[in-house]
Amino acid sequence: MRSRRDDRRDNDARAAAGNGLLDRRVFLKGGAAAAGAFMAFASESAAAPPEIPPGMTMSGAPLSPYGSPASFEREVTRTLIRSQPGTTGAGASRTPLEVLEGIITPSGLHFERHHNGVPTIDPAQHQLLIHGMVARPLIFTVAALSRYPMESRIHFLECSGNSGAMFGATPPAQTCGQTHGLVSCSEWTGVPLRLLLAEAGADPKADWILAEGADAAAMSRSVPMAKAMDDALLALYQNGERLRPENGYPVRLFLPGYEGNMSVKWLRRIKVTDTPTMTKDETSKYSDLQADGKSLMFTYPMEVKSVITRPAPGLKMTGPGLYEVSGIAWSGRGKIRKVEVSADGGQTWGEAALSAPVLAYALTRFRIPWKWNGASAVLKSRATDDAGGVQPTRDEFIARHGSNPIYHYHAIQAWSVEANGEVKNVYA
Amino acid sequence: MFTRRTLVLAGCVVSLTGCAGSTGSTPRETPNLGRPATQAEIAGWDVSIAPDGRGLPPGSGTPSQGAQVYTQKCQACHGEKGVGGPNDRLAGGQGTLASKTPVRTVGSYWPYATTVFDYVRRAMPFAQPHSLSDSEVYAVTAYLLSLNGIIGETDVMNAETLPKVKMPNRDNFILVHPWKPKTP
Repeated sequence: MRSRRDDRRDNDARAAAGNGLLDRRVFLKGGAAAAGAFMAFASESAAAPPEIPPGMTMSGAPLSPYGSPASFEREVTRTLIRSQPGTTGAGASRTPLEVLEGIITPSGLHFERHHNGVPTIDPAQHQLLIHGMVARPLIFTVAALSRYPMESRIHFLECSGNSGAMFGATPPAQTCGQTHGLVSCSEWTGVPLRLLLAEAGADPKADWILAEGADAAAMSRSVPMAKAMDDALLALYQNGERLRPENGYPVRLFLPGYEGNMSVKWLRRIKVTDTPTMTKDETSKYSDLQADGKSLMFTYPMEVKSVITRPAPGLKMTGPGLYEVSGIAWSGRGKIRKVEVSADGGQTWGEAALSAPVLAYALTRFRIPWKWNGASAVLKSRATDDAGGVQPTRDEFIARHGSNPIYHYHAIQAWSVEANGEVKNVYA
Repeated sequence: MFTRRTLVLAGCVVSLTGCAGSTGSTPRETPNLGRPATQAEIAGWDVSIAPDGRGLPPGSGTPSQGAQVYTQKCQACHGEKGVGGPNDRLAGGQGTLASKTPVRTVGSYWPYATTVFDYVRRAMPFAQPHSLSDSEVYAVTAYLLSLNGIIGETDVMNAETLPKVKMPNRDNFILVHPWKPKTP
């Protein structure tokens, strides 16, 4: 039975948009109402605590040299690990976005995209050559690079093939991470590439560099000199520790905002050139075939994008009531300016709160309270970046680019929350 | 010892002068820990081929020579005559790019013939990259171009001829980041 006090609380909670979306400040200002709802859930679902938990009756586990997640979290892994036929390391694994929070991806869950496996590289043997149109071709060891002044920046990395399943005629029956998990975000620390290019004496007539990896694919991409001299980093550290092997140990290129494969891992060579090299991975792959048969080439920045990670496919609703809708937004053209959320399939939109920090070329966490009435509902999020970019609808995106590009899908995602609590990907 | 201020100053010098190193002067106050690379070292590392053919090595090959290499080293993954294998299809597909089911192959999609040489030499065969001689790479490249009807069955591919091959789909790429080739 509802008391008069409950009704008053509902009236106090200001609506942000239709079908139960509440003002983003409800959890801050209306703290009592929010806490009350969540606690009610907790007491329904959890067993009564024992008077003395087992962990309090004996000594705990010993100290350890390198920590790992709780044993109860062992199902939190990279997902949809797929390699090309007959291979084990030519494919991708994805970040399980729906079970993560905040903006930093744990290094062990950072998505992978390798073109012929992960090389084992002894940093004492690894060298980086800078040559081509330079006054002084130079070779750097990892130890030498580690002595240069460094910068630390929080940036997302997104494979341009992320969300490619959304080009399909029917919505993929996958978890959120399986569909959109070729994006991750880390703190990257390393040496600004411009320092080394200046030391080598790069020719002002050179408009490009070629970056080449020390993997079995000798992954190579051409990068405009303007980007190389602007914010390109030779990353040595990820989230405070040396790069993981699958993220380019001991040194990778990092190009903020650009499609992931250009941030060449296991970097071994930079050639300063007057033309793009037109490598396989900037011509036959990672170019975007349009409906008319023409292809867009050198589509570098990842466009503005967002996805609700909770609720999302892979998670289940636990009954009607107050929830926090949580998600990530990002743009390769700058900072996220706002994220709007709809709980009625896009008829009305409410502005979500952006959790600090809001950084350029980084994942930005957004949140908005939602009182779910238990009926089926379609949730959407729509991000706007500070360059003015706004996510298109899927229909608009497909009408403009067709279904063949493979790369750079960034349309508004719709999740259908079903009355039974399941969450499904829908084209709506 | 460097102070924090020294390193910040060094960053300013570099970013203000851009590529000023080309004047021959080394930027002041940077660590300068690179060791000069010799021409012999560079030659051993520099495998990339420009779209105008710069970087192509000596050697040559024909489609029939390439067919032999292909049968032994490539066919298991890419299928007989570049079709029907478990991995990327390499032949055919011309005329399909504007359809609902485009078939992207060397013949239908790749804009530069030099890319075939560059990629095969650096990354193929998948399990034994860097195992083919330069002439074998020319030969396989010639075979793939011949399979797609882009060169004749007896045409020789080498550093002179390969850059002159015009790929059928070359003009269907729209460069979003500007670049104009200096040579046609």
